[in-house]
Amino acid sequence: MKDINFKEVLLKPIFKGNPVTVLVLGICSSLAVTVQMKGALVMALSVTIVTGLSSFVVSIIRNTIPNRIRIIVQLVVVALMVILVDQILKAYSYSISKSLSVYVGLIITNCIVMGRIEAYALGNKPIPSLLDGLANGAGYGLILIALAFIREILGSGTLFGFRIIPQCFYDAGYMDNGLIILPPMALILLGIIVWIQRSIQKDLQEK
Amino acid sequence: MEYISLFVKSIFIDNMIFAYFLGMCSYLAVSKSVKTATGLGIAVIFVLLVTLPINYLLNEHVLKPGALAWAGLPDVDLSFLSFIIFIAVVAAITQIVEMVVEKFAPTLYSQLGIFLPLIAVNCAILGGSLFMQERDFVNLGEATVYALGSGIGWFLAIVTLAAIREKMEYSNVPAALKGLGITFITVGLMAISFMTFMGIQL
Repeated sequence: MKDINFKEVLLKPIFKGNPVTVLVLGICSSLAVTVQMKGALVMALSVTIVTGLSSFVVSIIRNTIPNRIRIIVQLVVVALMVILVDQILKAYSYSISKSLSVYVGLIITNCIVMGRIEAYALGNKPIPSLLDGLANGAGYGLILIALAFIREILGSGTLFGFRIIPQCFYDAGYMDNGLIILPPMALILLGIIVWIQRSIQKDLQEK
Repeated sequence: MEYISLFVKSIFIDNMIFAYFLGMCSYLAVSKSVKTATGLGIAVIFVLLVTLPINYLLNEHVLKPGALAWAGLPDVDLSFLSFIIFIAVVAAITQIVEMVVEKFAPTLYSQLGIFLPLIAVNCAILGGSLFMQERDFVNLGEATVYALGSGIGWFLAIVTLAAIREKMEYSNVPAALKGLGITFITVGLMAISFMTFMGIQL
């Protein structure tokens, strides 16, 4: 087996091959949980852990999975990881787990997890698969945090719940933008992020 | 009467795509032409309609705290198993539906065939079951109506987006915004228009 360039495995998904903006994977949850930084951070961490660990596990058993039923086997592995994350969240930060509601469960069908297992973990050794999973989770998390940063500052004037925009602005007539915390603006902001990225990296543009 | 209000609510106000972003991946990937979008939309309605009532019954009689009272185990709480049970049901049902449709309705199969396996990993299906669990529907009828309504909502969303994207072929979009970027912004604008339903109380 040829040498694997660990640096590239780790760095490519963060920007150049970002799972959300380039591969269009895992959009569902990236929009719904980005109203506040706290939720976005927890979600980013959970997805990174789940992607990394399930790629690792699937990669260990990859030679024993019959090809026909591999989707179900993969789903079971992913579901196990998600249950672990969900139980830990419920035990240690119940309020966040409530505010993320069904989206923790939906990590199971998050296309990033399945996509990386199908595309990478099934054909590579466990350690590179683990790194690939973690890096893709991190690329996803980066977009999540960027979106949440913009939305929380403009939408509620806070970061992690702390006031950022000083009170004197409000006294002078500044108002929070209520539209930006509604679902549609998440889509439009993501569209703009894609626009910026593709203006910098011309080779990603569609004809 | 509650059924009608739940039905309308799940189509327009709690639309799977525009209010919760469920099933976005296949929504963006398969909305390039109206014909394939219709196929996937119908398949989603169908699978939702089959899996959601089954998951409802499982949740009521097996998973909920105290649900196993009929088996003489009133203290058992299996709700932590719900993710794995729900996804197993969805994956199994899509397999079965695929085989049944292939056997008894070959023409329908040739239209839906390639979409059915895709649906096992569509968040809208699992999301429907998880929302059903969160909302505590009182009976099977409500769960079924909710499944039908949210399926139709998803169908409407994907067909309209596909129609808009077909027309957009002829417009002059900035190069960096072409494809994915403009699609996001279009969906955002569509979601804003769907927000007009939000104030409606039924």
